[in-house]
Amino acid sequence: MSEQEHLTHEQTRDIDENIAWAKINKDVLKSMENPRAGYWVALVGCMLLFSVMIFAEVWQYNYGMGDALLNTSHMWDLYISTFVFWIGMSHSGTLLSAILHLVHADWRKPIYRFAEAMTTFSLMTAGIFPVIHLGRVWNFYWVMPYMSDRGIWPNFRSPLIWDAFAITSYLTSSVLFLYIGMIPDLAICRDSATGWRKTLYTFMSLGWRGDDAQWRNFRFTYLMIACFLIPLAVSVHSIVAMDFAMALMPGWHVTSFPPYFVAGALYSGCAAIISLFIALRYFFKFEEYMTMPILDKVCKLTFVIAMFWTYLNLIEFASVWYGHDVPAKEVLLAKAFGPYSPFFWSMVVFGSVLPFSLLSKCVRRNMKIMMTVSLLLNVGMFLERWMIVTPTLSLGYHPQAFNVMWPGWVEWAMVGGSFGWFGMLFLIFVKVFPCVSMYEVKEMVYHRKRHAEADEDAMIVLHTGVPGPKKSQETGGA
Amino acid sequence: MPSLLGNIFKSWSDYSKGNEEGGFHKYEHMYAMAIDLNKCTGCNACSTACYAENNLAWVGEERFGARQAMNWMRVERYFDEPNIGNETSDSLDHGASFLPMMCQHCSAAPCEPVCPVAATYHTVDGLNAQIYNRCIGSRYCANNCPIRVRNFNFYDNAQTAWPAPMDQGLNPDITVRSKGVMEKCTFCIQRIRGASDTAKREGREIQDGDIQTACQQTCPTSAITFGDLLDETSKISKAWKRQQVELGVYKQNKENPEMRGYRVYEELNIDTKVLYLERVREV
Repeated sequence: MSEQEHLTHEQTRDIDENIAWAKINKDVLKSMENPRAGYWVALVGCMLLFSVMIFAEVWQYNYGMGDALLNTSHMWDLYISTFVFWIGMSHSGTLLSAILHLVHADWRKPIYRFAEAMTTFSLMTAGIFPVIHLGRVWNFYWVMPYMSDRGIWPNFRSPLIWDAFAITSYLTSSVLFLYIGMIPDLAICRDSATGWRKTLYTFMSLGWRGDDAQWRNFRFTYLMIACFLIPLAVSVHSIVAMDFAMALMPGWHVTSFPPYFVAGALYSGCAAIISLFIALRYFFKFEEYMTMPILDKVCKLTFVIAMFWTYLNLIEFASVWYGHDVPAKEVLLAKAFGPYSPFFWSMVVFGSVLPFSLLSKCVRRNMKIMMTVSLLLNVGMFLERWMIVTPTLSLGYHPQAFNVMWPGWVEWAMVGGSFGWFGMLFLIFVKVFPCVSMYEVKEMVYHRKRHAEADEDAMIVLHTGVPGPKKSQETGGA
Repeated sequence: MPSLLGNIFKSWSDYSKGNEEGGFHKYEHMYAMAIDLNKCTGCNACSTACYAENNLAWVGEERFGARQAMNWMRVERYFDEPNIGNETSDSLDHGASFLPMMCQHCSAAPCEPVCPVAATYHTVDGLNAQIYNRCIGSRYCANNCPIRVRNFNFYDNAQTAWPAPMDQGLNPDITVRSKGVMEKCTFCIQRIRGASDTAKREGREIQDGDIQTACQQTCPTSAITFGDLLDETSKISKAWKRQQVELGVYKQNKENPEMRGYRVYEELNIDTKVLYLERVREV
């Protein structure tokens, strides 16, 4: 197996510095061509799954929310837990592309593009849920503060309004970030494309020629959006946490929810990045770019975040336990020993115990095991969100309203369909846009090769196409 | 055009003023209730009256069992703990107690700040009102209601609940709610409005006893008292004073601990407006 050779070869280096730039272009462009039969099968599968969701939504639109088996105590259930799950998934794209960009961790370069795409698409998936969970979905725009001649404003005190603002601004900026970061690559695509692709890339690359001024503006814009996006990402999930923390229900009214949600978001996002990393590496033969040492680093990052999440989880339990608030304590006990306890303990096992397997190098370097582990981590995180929303609603304060409820088919259809929608968007993305950043991999290769410091000017010279001038020449020329 | 922008900015300035001053204080009335549990026999007449008065849709046994019922008022049954599981013929009689439960019209209602479209708000009558037209059905209010007295139209109940000619029996004074809308006890707001209109026509102030809620009117043992707390002479103010229960106080400071009056969830500081008089029982 050639993979085995790669394995031994790659184990020490994030990327082979001797890859020719032309080969990078060729490899990435090749990934966008000629989808195999399996691709179409996957795409059709995702579309079918999504159409189930559409069917469920049409059903719900016509007959009401009742067939989701929601009831007077359980008003949200899976709709909002799935919403939180997808919002969470969207966070690690920003972590990889913006935070690691600022700290100059260049190993992010081959993998941040698909992570950023994942951010955008999971936000687009998450955004569906607060809308479809509305009883009168056709009036969803009323949460926006549009000018109404009747002088009606939305209620600015409601965390749901903050949600609406946070999600729309995060979605807008992450789409911008994804797009702007892709412009140089779109220009590369444009140069060799034909047909509708030519038209598309020509339009989208905005006349990119790769000259000095363009690179300067590009760098500045990219950095600015990265800086803008980081606080936004943190605030978005804090606000989602406030949906719960601002409520007075036991089990929701927890001060530590915002950081806990942000940690959980980064965690599930990182796990999803691992899954997609392995899938892309396998299907697109990206072994040279998505290398083992990079996966190794992502795994370590995931482990650290998992431990942070576990810590915050314990903090939450401890604060409830020692807080001696009887209803909150009852909810906590019901999570562990009540009817939902199998899911709670699965969450603990998948979310807090399983990550310890990431400590083993054998696990980190075994693709099949890592794929399974990363998927299970996300199962754990999905259960975590469910265990936040539902046990609280099943208990709460008023004994008369205590009841256990299991989601109806409409809810499951929506949850399943959301994965179809996400998969569909992602599959289309990887064939229409380069899912590895060509220009940044070139930078990475260049820097690694020359052991050059991250020097803005050198990078700009690099991308103008002038064959790599040495530092001494540069200063001499000036 | 001036009126268009004028409205928008006026509403905005009203809104921000309300936020700065920490809520609304210029109440014209403060409607409240008192329920004497000594008198309650648990007969459910109040609940039935509420169905008739407020166009509440019946949902059928199956949906009722799935807790998707539209009962604004329910008589909750509680049993003494030792009797659960080993009921005998008389233990249920001795151990049972009833609690008629409806929207408590909290002065600091948890449902109000969380509604994204401000469909639920406080009126100048001290009522917690629900604007059906404005409600988009996010159901956050119901999630944040500790007593779970908000009912959501999970189905298009209006289509099924009143086959002809039963629709002729609907109360014309209030709407029939559509699917996807939250509803709850209004303290029979149509009766409050009707009584105040009558009083206005007759050129007088509204008096104690002008307004009777449907549950109050129907209660065979007259367990329910309803009225305006701002009216010092009303029955309801007297009942509250007699029990030394006050609005706006989350821990009642009673001279006489034998007083029977209490409000539910005082510890949550939601400041409910229904006073319950504890049932006196033999031990």
